[in-house]
Amino acid sequence: MKIGVVTFPGTLDDRDAARAVRHAGGQAISLWHDDADLKGVDAVILPGGFSYGDYLRCGAISRFSPVMEPLIAAAKGGMPLLGICNGFQVLAEAHLIPGALTRNQHLHFLCTDQKIRIENNNTAWTSSFSKDQEIVIPLKNGEGSYQCDDETLKMLEGEGRIVARYIGENPNGSRNLIAGISNERGNIVGLMPHPEHAIDSLTGPGEDGLGFFTSVLQSMISGGAK
Amino acid sequence: MAIIVVDVMLKPEILDPQGKAVASALPRLGFSFATDVRQGKRFEITVDGEPTAAQLAEVEVAAEKLLSNPVIENFTVRVEK
Repeated sequence: MKIGVVTFPGTLDDRDAARAVRHAGGQAISLWHDDADLKGVDAVILPGGFSYGDYLRCGAISRFSPVMEPLIAAAKGGMPLLGICNGFQVLAEAHLIPGALTRNQHLHFLCTDQKIRIENNNTAWTSSFSKDQEIVIPLKNGEGSYQCDDETLKMLEGEGRIVARYIGENPNGSRNLIAGISNERGNIVGLMPHPEHAIDSLTGPGEDGLGFFTSVLQSMISGGAK
Repeated sequence: MAIIVVDVMLKPEILDPQGKAVASALPRLGFSFATDVRQGKRFEITVDGEPTAAQLAEVEVAAEKLLSNPVIENFTVRVEK
């Protein structure tokens, strides 16, 4: 099972994402932003970082990278796609998922081990979790406040598309404590906290993040999400 | 040569924490005039000659596609005299 990890200029977490893929038993394939070639991968991760220095808006310039064209087409066709942090921002800018990520309400960059609840375990990226499972993974961002209009919020809640929610105090001002959402089909997931930094207790707060990567491998084997 | 100005502002219903921070800094400097501050972006786009209607229409498209995110922002396009 090949999982592509895209590197944009300014991406930081591509190596950790690739490591997480390998740790879960998959094969990590590096994808380059300037190369409109998905190299035959079965799923793709848009990792965190500060692509294009967050110029204009986070993810706004990366969204038009050559690699995005085949990626958007494949994801619309059902290929599993996970956007983490800056990757979530790219997904929002590409309108693959509704809403937008804005400056943290308190204006500070935040870096913490965050407790979240997996509320939808029917997506390509969360099937290894039990419903409402509580996990701890790092959250580190300056623009992580999820915003959308009331109608969109109602739709996301009504359709069970809130994949993960922050537990406890709202860390960044996100509407309804949203940490992650999915598209209608559940193959595309945007997540603000970082599961790839929590795959073993040696390098992270624990192993709670690994489930995102084992989920997608499992979903590809069962053919569920493809 | 002319300059086309695109102003991009967060929609009124979107929280603007940067504007709020500026609004709370003003009174600390003794300025008491502001009841609210909203912060936005201004793009100055230089073109050769007087902009044509077609150019301005293209700028509108670019503003919607790249310069702003229509989910959270509004924009205006005008020619600077």
